[in-house]
Amino acid sequence: MNFLFYTGKRFLQVIPALFGISVAVFLLVHAIPGDPADVILGQTSTPARAKVIHHMLGIDRPVFVQYFSFLGHLFHGSLGTSFYNNDSVTTLIAGRLSATLFLMVGGILLALLISLPLAILAASKEGALRDQAVRVVPIIGLGMPQVWIGIELILLLGLKVHLFPVSGFGDTFLQHLRSSFLPALSIAIGLSPILIRSLRAAMLEILEADFVLTAKAKGIGKSRVMISHVVRNAVIASVTVLGVNIAYLVGSTVIVERVFAIPATGSLMIDAISKRDYPIVQGVTIFFAVVVVVVNLLADLIHASLDPRVAL
Amino acid sequence: MSSRLRNRPGLIKRLNFSANVALYSGIAIISTLALLAIAAPLISHYDPTGQDLENTLLSPNIHHLLGTDQLGRDVMTRLLYGARIDLAIGVIAVFLPFVIGTTLGLISGWRGGWFDAILMRIVDTTIAFPFYVLAIALVFVVGAGPKAIILAISLVGWVAYCRIIRAAVLVAKELDYVHAAKLSGLPTRRILRRHVLPNVISQAIIFSMSDIVLSILAIVSLGYLGLGVPIPTAEWGSMIQEGQAYILQQWWIPTIPGVMVVITGFGLSLVGDGLVKRLNK
Repeated sequence: MNFLFYTGKRFLQVIPALFGISVAVFLLVHAIPGDPADVILGQTSTPARAKVIHHMLGIDRPVFVQYFSFLGHLFHGSLGTSFYNNDSVTTLIAGRLSATLFLMVGGILLALLISLPLAILAASKEGALRDQAVRVVPIIGLGMPQVWIGIELILLLGLKVHLFPVSGFGDTFLQHLRSSFLPALSIAIGLSPILIRSLRAAMLEILEADFVLTAKAKGIGKSRVMISHVVRNAVIASVTVLGVNIAYLVGSTVIVERVFAIPATGSLMIDAISKRDYPIVQGVTIFFAVVVVVVNLLADLIHASLDPRVAL
Repeated sequence: MSSRLRNRPGLIKRLNFSANVALYSGIAIISTLALLAIAAPLISHYDPTGQDLENTLLSPNIHHLLGTDQLGRDVMTRLLYGARIDLAIGVIAVFLPFVIGTTLGLISGWRGGWFDAILMRIVDTTIAFPFYVLAIALVFVVGAGPKAIILAISLVGWVAYCRIIRAAVLVAKELDYVHAAKLSGLPTRRILRRHVLPNVISQAIIFSMSDIVLSILAIVSLGYLGLGVPIPTAEWGSMIQEGQAYILQQWWIPTIPGVMVVITGFGLSLVGDGLVKRLNK
C-alpha cells in the first residue's frame, strides 16, 4: 500500500514538470526571430503567400490559443511535422530512436562496469593508497571533453588497432553493437567520474550501516560481507545516481553521436538547425526533456521497490 | 573524514598541509594558463588566423613548435589564443548563474512559502532539459556564438547555486546567530547580506570551480559541433573538430587542445578540493 501511495505521489509530481517543459519549449520557439513562412517559401515569399502559410501553421491566432492547440497535439502524441518533407516529427524521432538507445544503454552498462569496481576498490579501505588513486580519476576525468574522448578512442582503438568501426551505425544488430561500442565507451568514460564519486560516497555510507556491522560481528568473512551486503546495496544506489545524471547522459549521446557520425536523435536536431526546421528542434527538445522526467520517475520507483526505506 | 581520523592530530595537520598543496598547485596551474593566454601575442609572433597555404600540415619544427594545421596556421599560436577564448568565456559564463542562483537561493530558503514552491517547480523543469539539448535549441534561437553559450549556461547553471544556497540557508536560519540578529531588530536585507550570506557562500564558491570546468567543456563541445564560437577564431573545440580529419597523420592537432582542457580542469579541481578542506575546517 505504501508503495502504491508513493507511486501515486511521484506521478503527481511529474505533472508540473511536464507542464513547465511544454511552456518553456513553446516560449523558446516563439522567441526565434524571423518568420517561419520565409523559411518555408524561401525566395518565393510574398506577403500574400506568407499569410496563407501563417494560416496553415495556425500562427495567425492569439498566443494562448496557439499554446493550447500545441498542448492538445502533445496529448495526442503529435510533435508536429517537418517543414521540409511533411514527415511527422514523431516518426522521424522513432526512426532514430534505436541508435540513441544503443548508445544510452551501452553507455550506462560500460559506465557501471568501469565505476562499480573502482568505487568498491576505493571504499573498501578509506584513505588507503588505492582510495587516493581512485579519487584522482574523477579529478582528471571531469575535465575531459566528450568529443575529445571519442576522438582519442577512434585514434587508439579504431585506427591504430582496427578493433572497432570508427563511424556509422551498420545495418544488422551485430553491426549496431560493434559500431556503438566506441561511442558508448566514450559516453561511459565521460559519465564515470561522476558515478565513481557518488558510488564511493554511497559505499562508504553503507559500510558504516548497522547491518554491515552485524554481519561482521557474526564473523562473516570480509569479502562475503562486501559482496552480499555492500555491493548489492551499492547497485541499488547506482540506480539513483544514474537517474539523477540521466540528463547528463542524454546530453552526452547528442555530442558523441556526432563524433562517430551515427544518425541518432541528436543529429536529427543538429541538422534541423542549419535548415531552420523548427518543428524538429521543438519536437526533439520536448522528447529529450520528457525522457529525462520519465527515467527519473522510473529510477525513483525502482529504487523505492528495491529499498523498503524509501516508501515509508 | 571518519571519526577514526579525527582523533589523530598529526594526520589532520598533514591533511591541512595537503589541502594547501592542492590549493596552491591548483592556483599555480590556473595562473600559468591565464598568463600564457594573456601573453599570447608576446610568446608567438604568428597570427592565429593567418593562413600560409604553402606550409600546411607541417610536423613540429623549430619555427612551428606544434606544427601547422590544414591551412598552414601555427597550431601553438592557435592553442594560446584559444585559451583566451575558452578560459574567458568559461569564467564569464559562470558569473551570472552564480549571482542569480545565489540570490534566488537566499530568498527562497529564507522566505519559503509560495515563492519557494514556485521556484522549486521552475528548478524541476530546468533540470529536465539535458544541457546540450537546450544549448543547441538556444543556438537555434539566438544564433551561434559566445552569446548563445553564455545564455545557455546561465539558463541552466543558476539551478545548482540556487539549490546549494537554499539548502544551506534552511540550516543557517535556525542557528543562534541568525536568531540573535533577528531579535536585535536588524532589517532582513542586512541579516541576509551580512550574517547569512557570508556563512553559506563557501559551498557555492567551491562548486563554481567545477562549474567553470563544465562551462569550458560546453564551449569546447559546442565549438566542435560548429555551434560555438564561429570559425576561424582560434578555439579549442573547433580545433579538435578541424583536426579530426587529419588524425592519422597529425594526431596532436585534435589531441592537444583536449589535453589543455584536461589540465585546466585538473587545476580547477585542485583549487576546488583545496577550498573544500580549507573552508570546511
